[in-house]
Amino acid sequence: MIRSRNYARRYWWFVVPAALAIIAVIVFPWVFTVYVSAFEWRIGSTPEWVGFANYVKLFGDERFLWAMVRTLYFTALSVVFPLVLGLAAALVFHQKFPLRGVARTIFILPMMATPVAVALVWTMMFHPQLGVLNWLLSQMGIPPSMWVYHPDSVIPTLVMVETWHWTPLVMLLLLGGLSALPIDPYEAAKIDGATPWQAFRHITLPLLAPYIVVALIIRTIDALKAFDIIYVITQGGPGSASETINIFLYLQAFAFYNIGYASAVVVVFFALILLLAALLMWTRERVRV
Amino acid sequence: MQGTTRRATLLGALSAPMVVEQAGAQSAFDWRRFRGERIEVSVQLSPRGQLLVQHNREFEELTGIRAGVEVVPEQQHRQKIIIEYASGRPSFDVGEVSLHVNKRQVGRARWNTDIRALIADRALTNPDFDFDDIGAGMREYATQADGRMDTLPAFADYFILYYNKELLAARNIVPPTTWDEMFEAARRIADPSRQIFGHVGRGLKNANVVLWSSYLLGTGQRDMINAQRQLITDSDDAIWAARQYQRFLRDASPPGSIGFNWNECQTTFMQGRAAMWVDGIGFAAPLEDPQRSRVAGKVGYAVVPRGPAHHHCALFGAGYGIPEASRKRGPAWYYLQWALGKQMQLRMLAAGAGVPARSSPFRNEEEISRSRFPREFFTTLEASARIARAGLPEILPVTEFRDVIGTALTNTIGGNDPATELRAATAAFRPVLERSEREG
Repeated sequence: MIRSRNYARRYWWFVVPAALAIIAVIVFPWVFTVYVSAFEWRIGSTPEWVGFANYVKLFGDERFLWAMVRTLYFTALSVVFPLVLGLAAALVFHQKFPLRGVARTIFILPMMATPVAVALVWTMMFHPQLGVLNWLLSQMGIPPSMWVYHPDSVIPTLVMVETWHWTPLVMLLLLGGLSALPIDPYEAAKIDGATPWQAFRHITLPLLAPYIVVALIIRTIDALKAFDIIYVITQGGPGSASETINIFLYLQAFAFYNIGYASAVVVVFFALILLLAALLMWTRERVRV
Repeated sequence: MQGTTRRATLLGALSAPMVVEQAGAQSAFDWRRFRGERIEVSVQLSPRGQLLVQHNREFEELTGIRAGVEVVPEQQHRQKIIIEYASGRPSFDVGEVSLHVNKRQVGRARWNTDIRALIADRALTNPDFDFDDIGAGMREYATQADGRMDTLPAFADYFILYYNKELLAARNIVPPTTWDEMFEAARRIADPSRQIFGHVGRGLKNANVVLWSSYLLGTGQRDMINAQRQLITDSDDAIWAARQYQRFLRDASPPGSIGFNWNECQTTFMQGRAAMWVDGIGFAAPLEDPQRSRVAGKVGYAVVPRGPAHHHCALFGAGYGIPEASRKRGPAWYYLQWALGKQMQLRMLAAGAGVPARSSPFRNEEEISRSRFPREFFTTLEASARIARAGLPEILPVTEFRDVIGTALTNTIGGNDPATELRAATAAFRPVLERSEREG
């Protein structure tokens, strides 16, 4: 017993570099952010200790609360659409048909593009008078849309870009899951006279559920931290119609230089992400059972 | 020999030693004193920044100093330099400072060297530098409240009126001189069935405040804060300006203007879809580029229309400074002398890259006559210089000011009442300004 404990102790040192790296790049910044959130501090001025005042102010700040609502709205849509379309695409690409490899490659191209470049191209296409999208609509006899240039349509339009960009990732994840599914249940269902829909509903979907949850977790985290596409296309506008927490945070920290207040936003946002992650992990465990 | 008098000859003989001494001083100025050194320069992405990059080799060959020029988009550049200054160890030895945004912040923290001492240092300053050539207005703009000059003024940016000569001529309309005339002209020119609009302007929050201030500058109030440095953006004049903004953007501009920044405005105007556009002077170069613009050669230039009480155009500008923390102060000062010297400032004017802070480029008739810009462009510059007034308040939280007031203005395009919006925005921003005034 004593010998094995000594044996383990000899190897603890191997953990030290990784532990130091984690402390330096994760623990310290996190603790420091919590510490800074207790100060009223603008860059260039002297920090002043205010305790929890930044948090109290935050929960009374209508702009922050709306940003939170918009974040959840954007996240929900940006998870649901890629999941549904990604699943449909995975089912299609799981079938055998001519030039399937070429079609798969073309389908995953958007995922390889740099988000800022993607955003700039979409911005040009969204221009209400000169953009190609409204020209296409006019060719089909459909009246022009304001896309990102109207408060009501801005978030659905941004979700459209996000969906275009990230559906291929979901497709790849689910395609991997489909390839790993056993054939036996399908053969048994066929003998029992199940329709394709019944086979999908009662065999494919339950067996694929763990993969769907993984895709759900990845998409949720990605959508929550979405910044580049929103910032480049709308900068949170028109007005504040697309101002998510990330944009709000960016403005507070790097445009208004309210470092203390921005740190409080980070802490609250981090708590929100932890909560969502815990919920998703709990769902994952349930699906496994 | 006629006309040569004994007195003139005597005067010439007496002054000859002084001329020789001055010429000697010029030729003796040692541009290569810091050869072998390396400096870093951080400027904004703009035609001015591109000029510096384009001619960088000239500086390096003149001085033997290597200059790494970093060019960063405007908004990101402003954020980057402030964070780097605050870190205490900025990565650059010469930095561009937007005077209308960061002047007070940089000045209060004393992040930059007072360049008056460098100008006065004869060993470090080329006798040709001619500080007095920089216009008095720009010198004042770059001077802090305590008298320190921590940036050398580089250029001014005036808001002017661009108009499409063809579209105005088609309706027998002359360039407007009042905002009412301009609105009426915009209404007459509009032809939505052909996607032609009378006006285009900034609707995106933050960016749009400078258009609103163009209207406000023509009122009796003119400014956004009063002499006691209190916010007055909910006054009758401010609300009048917001109503102008609303009617131009809502009733005379293309649908979707609510999300337009300058780049969308520029694209719309370049494509010949808008007849009039009030914005910064720096857009002349792309508008006159036949490779990119459908209105090249058809653009008219005029000073902004007058308001009910005053006639001003919004003034913005930038200077280049040397961080206190820089260890390359000498080479950095050499860079400033070259980058903002007469030759480079003339190039700036000739290229339409901006309005130089120096006066001498405007006196260079030869260069102006060779320019690809019409004479009207230069006369508009000169006329704008005479009526220019700061387009943003000189306060610390100016970006937050633009954000809060800008959101209110954007909301008016959607149909909200300007008075209600401005009062709410003013109430929201007032404590921010009061706190910053207490601190600074």
